[in-house]
Amino acid sequence: MNASERYEVVIGLEVHVQLRTQSKLFSTAKVGFGDAPNHNVNELCLALPGALPVLNAHAVELAVRAGLATHCRINTHSVFARKNYFYPDLPKGYQISQYEQPLCSAGWLDVIAAEGEAAQRIGITRIHMEEDAGKSLHEGRAGSAVDLNRSGVPLIEVVFEPDLRSARQAVACLRTLREILRYMGVSDGDMEKGQFRCDANVSLRRHGESALGTRREIKNLNSFRFAAAAIEQEVAAQAEILDAGGAVVQATLGYDVDKGRCFVMRSKENADDYRYFPDPDLLPLKLTQQRIEAIRATLPELPEQRRARFEQDLGLRADDARVLTASRTLADWFEVAALAHGAPQTVAKWVLRDVLGALRERDRDASALALQPEHFAKLLALQDAGRITAKGVRQLLPELLFEGGDPETLLRARGLEAVSDSAELEALVTRVLDENTAVQKSYAAGDTRALNFLMGKVMRETRGRADPQRVRALLLGKLER
Amino acid sequence: MPRITREQVLYTARLARLRLTDDEARAMTRHLEAILDYAAQLETVDTEGVEPMSHVMALETPLRSDAPQAGLSADDALANAPGSDGTHFLVPKILDSETQA
Amino acid sequence: MAAPIASLIELCADLESGRSSAVALVENVFARADEVDGALQTLLHPRRAAALEEAAVSDARRAAGRLRSPLDGIPIAIKDNIVQAGEPASCASRILEGYRSPFSATAVERLRGAGAVIVARTNMDEFAMGSSTENSVRGPSRNPWSLERTPGGSSGGSAAAVSAGIVPLALGSDTGGSIRQPASFCGVVGMKPTYGRVSRRGLVAFASSLDQIGPIARSARDCALLLDVLSGADPGDSTALPEAALESHRALDGDVSGLRIGLPKEIRETPGVSPEVLTKVEEAVAELERAGARSLEVSLPHTRFALATYYLISTAEASGNLARFDGVRYGFRASSDGGGVTPMYERTRSAGFGDEVKRRILLGTFALSAGYYDAYYRKAQQLRTLLLRDFEAAFQHCDVLALPTTPQPAFRIGEKTGEPLSMYLTDVFTVPANLTGAPGVSLPCGFQDGLPLGLQLMGRPLEDATVLRVADAFQRRSEYHLQRPPL
Ligand SMILES: [Mg+2]
Ligand SMILES: [Zn+2]
Repeated sequence: MNASERYEVVIGLEVHVQLRTQSKLFSTAKVGFGDAPNHNVNELCLALPGALPVLNAHAVELAVRAGLATHCRINTHSVFARKNYFYPDLPKGYQISQYEQPLCSAGWLDVIAAEGEAAQRIGITRIHMEEDAGKSLHEGRAGSAVDLNRSGVPLIEVVFEPDLRSARQAVACLRTLREILRYMGVSDGDMEKGQFRCDANVSLRRHGESALGTRREIKNLNSFRFAAAAIEQEVAAQAEILDAGGAVVQATLGYDVDKGRCFVMRSKENADDYRYFPDPDLLPLKLTQQRIEAIRATLPELPEQRRARFEQDLGLRADDARVLTASRTLADWFEVAALAHGAPQTVAKWVLRDVLGALRERDRDASALALQPEHFAKLLALQDAGRITAKGVRQLLPELLFEGGDPETLLRARGLEAVSDSAELEALVTRVLDENTAVQKSYAAGDTRALNFLMGKVMRETRGRADPQRVRALLLGKLER
Repeated sequence: MPRITREQVLYTARLARLRLTDDEARAMTRHLEAILDYAAQLETVDTEGVEPMSHVMALETPLRSDAPQAGLSADDALANAPGSDGTHFLVPKILDSETQA
Repeated sequence: MAAPIASLIELCADLESGRSSAVALVENVFARADEVDGALQTLLHPRRAAALEEAAVSDARRAAGRLRSPLDGIPIAIKDNIVQAGEPASCASRILEGYRSPFSATAVERLRGAGAVIVARTNMDEFAMGSSTENSVRGPSRNPWSLERTPGGSSGGSAAAVSAGIVPLALGSDTGGSIRQPASFCGVVGMKPTYGRVSRRGLVAFASSLDQIGPIARSARDCALLLDVLSGADPGDSTALPEAALESHRALDGDVSGLRIGLPKEIRETPGVSPEVLTKVEEAVAELERAGARSLEVSLPHTRFALATYYLISTAEASGNLARFDGVRYGFRASSDGGGVTPMYERTRSAGFGDEVKRRILLGTFALSAGYYDAYYRKAQQLRTLLLRDFEAAFQHCDVLALPTTPQPAFRIGEKTGEPLSMYLTDVFTVPANLTGAPGVSLPCGFQDGLPLGLQLMGRPLEDATVLRVADAFQRRSEYHLQRPPL
C-alpha cells in the first residue's frame, strides 16, 4: 500500500509569476533577462539613501487581469506592506508586498489532473503584488556575489487553498494557471527564466481526519518535473516519519535537483518574524469599479471558454479542442484559418497532425508560424479544388509554415499543380497500360498487386501531381472494361 | 512584570541585526523600559473601532507609465560598494543556514 | 572681521542694485564660516570651489538678464540627509562613511534650477534622530547664542548656521520638530510644510509618513520665498501632494484682520513648560490681536498622547528605513570575521550606528514584532486617528493654532544625553504637526536669560501660506527676529 493510500495528501501551492512589463514594479529601471550583472538598476533597485517607490500602472493592470481570469474578487482598496528581513539580495532590507489587504481574493481554477478525469475546483485564497529580490551567487569559496538586475521586478503571488490531493494534480494546477496567465498576456511564464516559480506546502493526514497535519514547505520549484518529483518525495518522506510513529516538524525545505531530494533550509526554531506594516512610502492602491470593468472588457476569452466554443460551434472533438486551445497564439491562428476555410474539422485535422508535427520537429511553438492563417486556409482550399494533392500540401508545408507566402504562387513555382486535366490524365493512363500489357494480363489473372504497380507508374509520370483516387478510378475503369 | 526583558531586547536586536555588548544590553533594556512605561499611557485610551492611520492623506497611490528609463551604469552602481569584483557586489559567503528563499 | 550675512530680502536688493555679487556672497559665507564655525561646527563638506564657480555663472546670468528666480546667486546650506549628486551624504553617521550620492534630491534639483548656490552640508543628529545635534559622528554643533548650549536638533547645523549669519538660508528636515525646535533654540524661522508639500525624493528617510523637508531662514518672508521654490508636485514621490508650486510669498500682506487664533488649553497643563514661554506666546497673540486677529481657547484632548504615539510610529518606520544600511552596496562595512553574512551585518550595524539610532531601531523593531504589533504600533496608529480628529475639530473654530515651539529654551550640551526620555520630551509641542500633516512654523517671540524662545503657529493642512502670512504679520510688528547672537 503506497503512501497516498495510507494517508490523505494535502498540498497548497504559492506561485510567483513575473508580470510582463518593461520596467520594474516601483522603479523605472528596465526589466531584462540575460543582461550583464547590475546593469538594469537605478537608485531604488540599489536602495540608495533617499530613493522612493512609484507604482507601475501596467503591472497593476496585469495583476487585475490575473485576478479576473481566476475568478477572484478584485479589491478596490489594497495596501502595500513591508516584509522585513535581511538578505544580501534584498537591498532595502524589506520586500514591498501586500499583506493584510491584497489586490485579489477568493478565486478558483478548474483543474483536470488527467485526460478524461473530471475537473476539480481548486480555491485561490489571494493574489497579491510584490517585487522580486536580486540574485545571490554562492559559487565563490571566500564569498557570495550579488546581482541586482532582478531586484524590483514585478511579481504576483498566487496563493492556493490546500485543495490539492496529489503531485499529479498539483502539476496540472500549475500548468492550468500558467496557461491562463499566458493567455491573458499577464506573463510569459518562462520557467527557465524564473518567470514562474512555485512553493509547495505538503502535509499528510489519516483518511477521514479533518484537521490538517503539520506541513513542510518546499521552496522555489522552477520546473513542472521538479515540482512533481519534489512533492512525491516529500509525501514519501512524511509517510515514513508517520509510519514510524514520529511527528513531522514544521520546516522550510529546498529541493536538490542533482540529488533528487528535499533538504531542510530552515526549521521552526528560527521562525520568521517579518514585522509586516503598511509601507509609508506608498498610499493605498485604489481602483474604481469602472476601471476594473474596463480591464475586464479587454480580457481575451479564457481557454476553458474557448475550448467549449470550439467543441460546440466548430464541432471539434474535446481532445482536439484542448490541444488547439493550449496556447492562445495557436488557438488564434487555427481559428482564423478555420473561419477562412469554412470546414473547421478539416482544418483542425491538418493543424493537429501536420502543423503541430512540423513545430514539434523544430522544437518551436505557434509563435514561430510565419504563414498567415488565411494563406493556410487557401492552401487547403486549393487541395479541395483538386489543384494540389494532399502529398503536395505536405511537401509545401514546412517552407510555407516557417517562411510564409502565397501558397498558389509557391505551388506553381514548384510545379506541384495537380494534373487535373482529364484528357491529359486519361492519355497518360492509356499510354502506361499500352506499355505494360504483361501487367494488364496478370491483373486479369487475379493478381491485385498489378493495380498498385500501375498506379505507381502513373503517379511517377505525373511526379505526384495527380490525385491518386482519380488515377485509381481511371485505371480500374480501363482494366475492367 | 517588566514591559521588556533583557531577553526580548536581545531577540529584537537579532531581528534588527544589531549586536549588543552586555553593558549596551543593560542600558538599552533600561531605556526601552522607561520609554515603554511612558507609552503605556496609550493603554488608557479606548480605541475600540478606531481606524488605524498609516497616512494623514486620504489620497491614493499615484501610478506611473510602464516606460523604462536609463538607470545607473554598472560602474556607478558599484562605485560605493565596500566589496565588488567590478561586476557584482561581493559579500561574505552566505551560509546554508542563512539562506532565504 | 567677516560680517554676518544679511537676510535673503536684503541680499536680493544688494544683488539687484549691484552692491554685491553672488561671488561676493559665497566669499562672505566662507569668510564668516572661517571665523565662527570653528566654535559652532555647523558645516560639513564645504563646497568652496564649486560654489564660487556656480556663483560666477549666476553673476553671468544676472549680467545677461536671465535670472532664474529671486534665489539666483543666493548661498544656501543643506542638511546632510538631503542628497546631491556627486556629493557626500553622511547623515552624520559612520555607516555612510565615504558615500557619495549618484543622484540629487528633487529639492536640490529645484534649488539649483532656481539658481541658488549650495555652499555646504550641515551637521545634524545622526539620521535626524535627536533634538540637540549631539548625536553626530562629527561631534555636536553649538548654539550661537550660548556656546555651551545645543542648537537643538536634528537640523541644528542648519539653524545655527543661519542664526550665526554664515548663510541666509538652509534646508532642514522635520520628522517630529527637527526644523522648528532648532529654529526656536537659535532664534530663527523654521517651517515644516504640510506633509507632501515638498518632495521627499532624495531625503534620506527616517519616518516616511512624518518626514518633510523645509526652509530655515531669518524671516517668514525669506522662508516663503524658499518654500515656493521647493514646493510642487513630484512624480518621483508617491506621497507628494499633486498641487502646483506655492506662491505663498504673494500672500504675505500683513493682514490678519478677522483671523481666528486658537490657543490649546492643554498647553498650560503640560508638565515642565517654562512660564516665560507661555507669557511670550500670549504676548505674541496679543500683538496679533492688536493687528485685527481674534483669539479663542480650543481643546485638543489627545495631544497628551502625541509624544508616545510619535515615538512608536516614527521608530517603527525607521526600523524599516534603516535596514538598507547593511554594508553590502555602500558605506561602512565591518569585517565578518569568518562565518557568514549575519555577523557582517551585525558588526557593521553595531559599529556604524550610534546609540540613539540603535535605541530607536530596537524600539521600532519591538513595536512591530510578533505579539506586540497590536499593543504598540497599531494602537499608536489609532491614536493618530484620534489626534487628527482633535485637530480637525479645533480648526472648525480657528484658522491657526498658537503654541510654544518648545517647553524650555536651549538646554546645555550633555544635559539630557544620559536620559533619552527627557530628551524626547522636548518635542512635545512639535510632534502633533507631523502626526496630523499640518504646516507649522516656529518664529522668535522673545528671550529667556538671553536665549531665544519660539512661537509655533500651526495651520490646516495645505494652508502653508496662511501660517506664513500670520508669522510675517507678527514680524512686521516685532523685532525679535532682527536680534543677532553675540558672536
Ligand atoms: Mg509566500
Ligand atoms: Zn512572495
